[in-house]
Amino acid sequence: MIIYLLCLLLFSLGIYCVLRKRNIIKIIVGIIISEYAVNLFFILVAYRKGGRSPIFSPDSAILNMVDALPQAVVLTSIVIGLATTALLIAIAMRIYGKHRTFDITRINELNG
Amino acid sequence: MIQAVNIVPLFVVVALGGAFIVSLLGKRIKAFPDIMGSLTTFVLFGLSLLAIRLVNVYDVLVYSVGAWKPPIGIAMVIDGFTSFMLVTVNLVAFLIAVYSISYMRQFTSKWKFYTLFLLMVAGMNGVVITGDIFNLFVFLEIASVASYALVAFGTERHELEAAFKYAVMGTVGSLFVLIGIVFLYGYTSTLNMADMAMVFAQKPTSNLVLLVSVLFLMGFGLKAALVPFHAWLPDAHPSAPAPISAMLSGVLIKSLGVYALCRIFYNVIGLHHNLSGILMFLGTLSMVIGVFLAIGQWDFKRLLAYHSISQIGYVILGIGLGTPLGILGGLFHLFNHSIFKSLLFLNSGAVEYATGTRDLQKMGGLKERMPVTAGTNLIASMSIAGIPPFNGFWSKLIIIVAAVQAGFYGHAFWAVLASIMTLASFMKVTKYAFFGRLKDKLNNVKEVPFSMKLSMIVLACICVAGGVLFFSAINQAFLQKASGVLSGGLSYASEVLSALQQ
Amino acid sequence: MGSKSKNEQGMTLIVKTITRLTVGLILLYGIYILSHGHVSPGGGFAGGVIIALSFIHLMLAYGKEVALKRLPKGVTSFFESMGAIIFLSIALLGFTGGYFFLNFISKGEPFRLFSAGIIPILNIAISLKVGAGLFAIFVALVLLKLFPPEDD
Repeated sequence: MIIYLLCLLLFSLGIYCVLRKRNIIKIIVGIIISEYAVNLFFILVAYRKGGRSPIFSPDSAILNMVDALPQAVVLTSIVIGLATTALLIAIAMRIYGKHRTFDITRINELNG
Repeated sequence: MIQAVNIVPLFVVVALGGAFIVSLLGKRIKAFPDIMGSLTTFVLFGLSLLAIRLVNVYDVLVYSVGAWKPPIGIAMVIDGFTSFMLVTVNLVAFLIAVYSISYMRQFTSKWKFYTLFLLMVAGMNGVVITGDIFNLFVFLEIASVASYALVAFGTERHELEAAFKYAVMGTVGSLFVLIGIVFLYGYTSTLNMADMAMVFAQKPTSNLVLLVSVLFLMGFGLKAALVPFHAWLPDAHPSAPAPISAMLSGVLIKSLGVYALCRIFYNVIGLHHNLSGILMFLGTLSMVIGVFLAIGQWDFKRLLAYHSISQIGYVILGIGLGTPLGILGGLFHLFNHSIFKSLLFLNSGAVEYATGTRDLQKMGGLKERMPVTAGTNLIASMSIAGIPPFNGFWSKLIIIVAAVQAGFYGHAFWAVLASIMTLASFMKVTKYAFFGRLKDKLNNVKEVPFSMKLSMIVLACICVAGGVLFFSAINQAFLQKASGVLSGGLSYASEVLSALQQ
Repeated sequence: MGSKSKNEQGMTLIVKTITRLTVGLILLYGIYILSHGHVSPGGGFAGGVIIALSFIHLMLAYGKEVALKRLPKGVTSFFESMGAIIFLSIALLGFTGGYFFLNFISKGEPFRLFSAGIIPILNIAISLKVGAGLFAIFVALVLLKLFPPEDD
């Protein structure tokens, strides 16, 4: 149980970082942290007590493996995270080029 | 196995293939991106009309990708609701692709635009068509990432700021969706939506379902721009190029937000009456707050963006009622809104293209110089405000009647009030932009090129015809099927699984 | 980002020598991971990332001119699109057997290098897309000219 709570803590840390920090790069880091917390949580949900890694090999029988599906799914989610992060960083660099600052309070011109 | 089912994966394949071919060849051949963009979306539109015909014959088409039978493999499902959404998405996408041929001449790298545009269409078609909940998340992210990049397409100060805001909020929203999926997988140990619904029907309800509902409401509500989660929309929609604003407002918030919300709440988890109350409350809130924020705006596109929030409120209110009539009204309004809101955004793009400004106070008397834009804008304004012969009137009427029938007089009252406010704010647009005295600066304004006029006129025709169509046989084939799927609730599971046996 | 001319020439002699010795091994390791993706952990994405890292390694040690001479920008984006198109067309070829994404090649014996039908080919396509894509992202972020602000 405690390990799920640690996951939640990590996620909350990331969300706190997104909500409270003023530096664009720190916001992006916050997003990455909370994303990895979710991925970690997905892997932990699939864990089985005393389970071994779900790899077939010719010499060992299929006994007590952990659930393999979330691992495949999390890999996809990591790839998506990579794309989002790259896009966010590219936008952040462009913003730096226009405004010469990473501080969001000095960038804020639109009032949505 | 029926051969017709082979049409199902094409919706994703054609769009993705178009995107990659444009990115490969678009740099070298000049007119290629234009032709490919319009052609691809036209083929998709044709296929979606075919899908409607097939749904009328077979009811539900289920495709198992790679011959792996669901629930092990990924399923793709076309039923009434899906085919309805497919027609909406691809019709609007085709007309916007035609419009972009002329409009995007102002920008340098057209092939990048069309690649991202087609990726976004592929993502939306994928969200609508998939029967697997993680696959839905993947397509949702494809469409979202493409739309973040498209909002930043101009790479000016405002575009970048809006895109950053939108990207951060959108990513956090997607994370909530992913956590919801994790909980669902932990609870039901399957990712297939039909299979999941079977499990939900058998197991007793637990508090976990409530938690998952809240997570999905946050995630998809953020994509749909319901009121507490709407802050990204008024920045992101005006900052994008006009065709993309039309695409975002017209179909993206619906297919990623409203469709996914309805599909999961109605067909997978099963609608609880508390949840229905929350949906109706959020819908009414969005409806009223959106229109109050809109009425004070002077930026043409920003005003339209706030109206998107308000109109999505109508859709959510109608669907949240949960009665067959309410769902029918909500879905009809969804279709109508995607038509007239795209048209309005295309109008604003045409005005910006011709005059170079989006500020309503700097315009005036444009109807003399731009008769087509002014005419189509008038039709769209009357549709959105709910003036009788046009399509917007019928859908709003059905929603209000359904609310009264179900006994929610308060919600019906707010819906009428919001409609009156909408009329007021569009009278302001029409008066300041198109009527009145022509400003001296605007004397040499010319009407926009042919392809832009063409798509605006077609959309205006659909606005006029939409009201008439509602009483014809098309209604039976198009809307009743879609609302039947939603009001059918958890029987979605048994329908999908029995279609697999054939 | 800050230093100008020094960055162009790359790092010190020690780093350059080590890089020259290891970059081939890294590339080879990436190809190994990629080609054994269907019989052991790894696969197209991991292999593609390692292949891209070998070029990024080259760029960090020798400066961007050397790396871009080995793998120009046009070639990168060509490979990226080709990877996607190969993947999609293999998936479409599944229609010859009646299903999208059908594994239509003989699956062979398990745990052999030449087995598992279309999966190794799909791995190669993915690694092309991922390797070229990751390198392109890195190059785009490095070459982005912030001062003076202008579009490319």
